[in-house]
Amino acid sequence: MSTDVTAKQPAPAPADSGKGEAGLLQLVLEGLRRNMRQYGMLIALGLIVVLFAVWTEGDLLLPRNVSNLVLQNSYILILAIGMMLVIIAGHIDLSVGSLTAFVGSMAAVFMVNNDMPWPLAVVLCLLMGAVAGAVQGFFIAYGGIPSFIVTLAGMLIFRGLTEIFLAGQTLGPFPKGLQKVANGFLPEAGPDTNYHNLTLLLGFALVVVVVVQEFRDRGRQLEFSLEVPPLKLFLLKLVALSAAILTLTFLLASYKGAPYVLLILGVLLVAFGYVMRNAIIGRHIYAIGGNLAAAKLSGVRDKKVTFLVFLNMGMLAALAGLVFAARFNAASPKAGLNFELEAIAAAFIGGASMSGGVGTVLGAIIGGLVLGVLNNGMNLVGVGTDWQQVIKGLVLLAAVGFDVWNKRKVGS
Amino acid sequence: MAGPVLEMRSIVKTFPGVKALSDVTLTVRPGEVHAICGENGAGKSTLMKVLSGVHPHGTYEGEILFEGELCRFKDIRASEQHGIVIIHQELALVPYLSIAENIFLGNEHARRGIISWTETLRHATELLARVGLKDHPDTRVADIGVGKQQLVEIAKALSKKVKLLILDEPTAALNDEDSGKLLDLILELKHQGITSIIISHKLNEIRRVADSVTILRDGRTIETLDVKDPATSEDRIISGMVGRDLEHRFPERTPHEPEEGRAPALEIRGWTVHHPIDQQRKVVDDVSLSVRRGEIVGIAGLMGAGRTELAMSVFGRTYGRHAGGTVLKDGREIRTKTVPEAVRHGIAYVTEDRKHYGLNLIDTIHRNISLSALSKVARRGVVDEHEERQLAESFRTSMNIKAPTVFEPVGKLSGGNQQKVVLSKWIFAGPDVLILDEPTRGIDVGAKYEIYTVIDKLAAEGKAVVFISSELPELLGMCDRIYTMAAGRLTGEFTRAEASQEALMRRMTKDKEVAR
Repeated sequence: MSTDVTAKQPAPAPADSGKGEAGLLQLVLEGLRRNMRQYGMLIALGLIVVLFAVWTEGDLLLPRNVSNLVLQNSYILILAIGMMLVIIAGHIDLSVGSLTAFVGSMAAVFMVNNDMPWPLAVVLCLLMGAVAGAVQGFFIAYGGIPSFIVTLAGMLIFRGLTEIFLAGQTLGPFPKGLQKVANGFLPEAGPDTNYHNLTLLLGFALVVVVVVQEFRDRGRQLEFSLEVPPLKLFLLKLVALSAAILTLTFLLASYKGAPYVLLILGVLLVAFGYVMRNAIIGRHIYAIGGNLAAAKLSGVRDKKVTFLVFLNMGMLAALAGLVFAARFNAASPKAGLNFELEAIAAAFIGGASMSGGVGTVLGAIIGGLVLGVLNNGMNLVGVGTDWQQVIKGLVLLAAVGFDVWNKRKVGS
Repeated sequence: MAGPVLEMRSIVKTFPGVKALSDVTLTVRPGEVHAICGENGAGKSTLMKVLSGVHPHGTYEGEILFEGELCRFKDIRASEQHGIVIIHQELALVPYLSIAENIFLGNEHARRGIISWTETLRHATELLARVGLKDHPDTRVADIGVGKQQLVEIAKALSKKVKLLILDEPTAALNDEDSGKLLDLILELKHQGITSIIISHKLNEIRRVADSVTILRDGRTIETLDVKDPATSEDRIISGMVGRDLEHRFPERTPHEPEEGRAPALEIRGWTVHHPIDQQRKVVDDVSLSVRRGEIVGIAGLMGAGRTELAMSVFGRTYGRHAGGTVLKDGREIRTKTVPEAVRHGIAYVTEDRKHYGLNLIDTIHRNISLSALSKVARRGVVDEHEERQLAESFRTSMNIKAPTVFEPVGKLSGGNQQKVVLSKWIFAGPDVLILDEPTRGIDVGAKYEIYTVIDKLAAEGKAVVFISSELPELLGMCDRIYTMAAGRLTGEFTRAEASQEALMRRMTKDKEVAR
């Protein structure tokens, strides 16, 4: 899942250039120490993966299971991206689980009851999600009602509407095309290589793009005569990144290939990572969450930004609702139960702060994956859902506790 | 005559990097109203915090004798047990509790943790009668005005069997009528045998209620005067407050030559602003002023004079309710109803409270600097990070911001360096008019000089600078012209040649009855 090239901070260069000769290990440790917050959760994710890989005697990393992991968690990850933006802006959204179910039910009404062509229905559903988010955003940004209250109301309203539209029943099945998007894989192509060719091609292409992009970035930095991380560290990072991409590529390619959903997620991750890091609106989201008063006095249109953040959340919730409904091939009144809590937990595990202004889109994905791997791994080793909840709760507490402790140690 | 009720001897209080009180002695006689006055930052509030135990024993040097007894207060409770009660400028009332509940907060009439409401009500009614407040004790504090809230605070103090009442600028937030009532109450309490210390800038108030006045300056006691002595004129007090030499250093400035026939860069006409909550109160009252390109214009005034409120109100209506007046840029009327509008017209406001209104403390230097004008380093809504970083680096060098990299969170910098980041941010926005609100507050002398140099350079580049400050020497050292404000009104205008500390202070302490 390390497909993202944009959400990384440029590693600050060591203060004096005399360190150029230092050992590679030392450089790595130095880099890690400086970016504890950044890499802490990534390392934790790695440890959890290793732990369950050993515990399940390798079953966790079977190609089939990796594929499943992606499919199972896609909707939570989609929600987590939007939730991260909401939390960075200093708000919360409790309505996304209900909204997911609501959009799923609307999708069923459109496609199952009225035989609407599925691409049209998808566009309509996304629009509805955006409108739902915009309405909530309007009350929050322009009405001045706390987001907790507005979205708590939304949570009740959308859940209720779902039950009204479905009349308590489960509706299905969905058109084949939509099912394929949510559950299917990239098509087979080319000669028989025992691997899924298109996936391999995609993986290799991604590595090339990442490497070229990173080198161009470094070149630009040098052009502006800015300090850059030492070459050794830079190369090591590239190697690690490429290795991660290729491992995932081969795992997926030796089963049925890359799921479509993975592509959707990849696009979302890159796009939102880029927006949050490089677009003006992204900066403004960080600014209003970090210090609303200062942002206002700097000319940030805080109300508009807040409004857009919730509109976006609504649209992503709609997307998650579509993926969820299509995956299970049915719209159910109980769909999306507690999704908001999973998404919020993912964002906080991934480094968001309760008071806003902090977090990255990549962090939300990592947080979501931590939860996803825990779920999957515990299922594989046969831990009951009762204990799964207890453990996930403890992990959330530990992750945020570590963050708080780490911050206090650094001193702010 | 009995000995003093309170003696504070050779009090020294140091904060990291700053000596707030370097040798203060205060003697208060029983049953008198003792005024303390001095410029902002002279150490008045710190002294009262030492006395009331906010700064506990052991964090300061010197000794405090109350009723002849050596006191070592470890917190506010300890001083209150001795009958010393302080009423802070920002009232410490819980708005959604009733008057009675507020009076006895932390000191409830209760038996085994259960509040006795009849007892509470009876006692509250009694106390309210003593302070002359006719509202029912069950009224919510949020529903009464600031003047009455001040009375509730005093009732609260009375409930603690107060012997020495300390009031920190009690009339700063009040209108004339409420101020008058409050001052009468202080005199009434004096007859009941309660000694008061009152911190005030307003010389007419001091003359009205005080028996003696102690003047502080730069953390030292200058003198204690008998107010009833005819030799103690207002001028006498003023010269005590400001009588310091111009020892601070300022960059050499070539005074600004006004260009003939060119409209001022910024002109404000008849600007009036009402308080955001208490809408009867005019916080800024019919103010007109102007500043030309290349000119540094000071606004002098004491706390509560309305300087910040004026600036913020002009800058995108970020304070209060606008009730009249126009803004002209280069002779043409402009709209500045929102911050983006003000910025677009080339106005920048550098806040006095950089931590709350100026910076995103958890974000980095480079992102703070670029925030006010991100579009300058962006194309089609996308920020060019490298350009942004390079820009921040250039400010780090030119403004001498002391930080290892521009990726350092701003919260970790010292006050002086934070101020340089705020200034960088607004210089980057490329304004024609900069309104600087207390730009050197809370920073050390070396950094101050650097800030002065930057301000001087900005003016030399042809920018118009409005310099709001409570420190008269820096205004005298930097400005081409200085306006004075008091109680929301403009009370004077001085050229560089006319201005002196005494003349300015006289206009700054004028309260309402302005002779213009």
